[in-house]
Amino acid sequence: MAAQNLQSVPAELSPEDEAAGQANFDRVMAEDSRIEPKDWMPAAYRKTLLRQISQHAHSEIIGMQPEANWISRAPSLKRKAILMAKVQDEAGHGLYLYSAAETLGQTRDKMMEDLIAGKARYSSIFNYPALTWADMGAIGWLVDGAAICNQVPLCRASYGPYGRAMVRICKEESFHQRQGFEILLELSNGTPEQKQMAQDAVNRWYAPALMMFGPPDDDSPNSKQSMAWNIKRFSNDELRSRFVGMMVEQVRVLGLTLPDDQVRFNEDTRKWEHGPLDWHEFQEVLAGRGPCNAQRLERRREAHDDGAWVREAAAAYAAKQQAKQSMTTKEYAA
Amino acid sequence: MSPHGNPEVPASSASEVIRGAEQVPSGAPTPEAAATETKAAATTPASENQVPSIQPAVNHADRGAWGLWEVFVRSSRGLSHVHAGSLHAPDAAMALRNARDLYTRRNEGVSIWVVPADAIAASDPDAKGSFFESPQGKDYRHATYYTKSEGVKHL
Repeated sequence: MAAQNLQSVPAELSPEDEAAGQANFDRVMAEDSRIEPKDWMPAAYRKTLLRQISQHAHSEIIGMQPEANWISRAPSLKRKAILMAKVQDEAGHGLYLYSAAETLGQTRDKMMEDLIAGKARYSSIFNYPALTWADMGAIGWLVDGAAICNQVPLCRASYGPYGRAMVRICKEESFHQRQGFEILLELSNGTPEQKQMAQDAVNRWYAPALMMFGPPDDDSPNSKQSMAWNIKRFSNDELRSRFVGMMVEQVRVLGLTLPDDQVRFNEDTRKWEHGPLDWHEFQEVLAGRGPCNAQRLERRREAHDDGAWVREAAAAYAAKQQAKQSMTTKEYAA
Repeated sequence: MSPHGNPEVPASSASEVIRGAEQVPSGAPTPEAAATETKAAATTPASENQVPSIQPAVNHADRGAWGLWEVFVRSSRGLSHVHAGSLHAPDAAMALRNARDLYTRRNEGVSIWVVPADAIAASDPDAKGSFFESPQGKDYRHATYYTKSEGVKHL
């Protein structure tokens, strides 16, 4: 038995090994067990995961921007500290996910390069502007709420490193949603203007948050395969419906309303229903024509370039230390 | 609109950040560092007003030295270090600091190990059958195999 590196894409295999790999993969799927980085997996499974996990990572990284812009404008020191912790979490989530994606054989540098070059996608939600302080509340409550709804089933995704990253992320997300809820609750119980500001933010973020679950089931070609591979556990519409049900309850506590007069519980299907969503807008934003797409990418590029000297300095220091150490070793040897 | 009026415009200009290799003390410590310095100097915008080009100012070779580290965290005294995840860092000291910031933001640990990922040898998953001996017929290695003592106290 040869010792193995932890991560790498396997080399070309003989047809027999390929068949054995497929058989093992099918068994793992049937048993609802987990695939780990060194296991054989179909090329399409690897590709799907790599796309999904890297897009997810990019979303966390780009997702820092709408909120980071409000750190210096937070209404109190406490809120500022909370917001900084949240933005730091998003950076962490991005890194967990890049790590998971790297186990599939793609370098993080390449993924970041693709993001900066505008070749990679990320969640359309982050291309909407955060216009008022109440948006920090609505983003936490609706956007992070939808993310949690999506991510909790992903903790059981068939790819081990992805599931483990999601467990860690979900643990941290719940603070995000609660802090957002609290911001809205406080505004809602404030002056009429503050309450109006909270309602306005909810009105603007509601539909984009519902669209975070992806296109309707009959228009989501990849969903079926992802469900067969135990990556996705519930359909887009199923998750969206659950989310609407939760929001209906919570918005009452906030003393606000959802901007959707067609929300109702369908007694026959036992599911929550909502009004029509503008899927044309969704496609436009995904295609790069949303309100903030260009700005988000430009900012990411700037941050990457501005950080270059830090990366260089760290690498230079490490090289210097290493040179010193090998010098000392030589002296000892002499 | 003033930067402070529109939250989607950053309050502080990114140009306040000191950038470029001018800040690195002159005299390259190693040939590698010298190469990096020269490259950075060549690509640093001549003027702060110059719009950064779409190409990153520095190509990604600068992180070539940032290897992959595996992180193990001891959650409290008396417990083993458990694998938490991985990260990139240029050296062990930075790997430890990054691991602290990435994996212990909520008191998850009292001690951290970082190990270069390529220093870890792993068993081959395909050799499952031969490497891990079959437990078949070896029930006697478990206490539950011995049933005659059932009902006897403290045994």
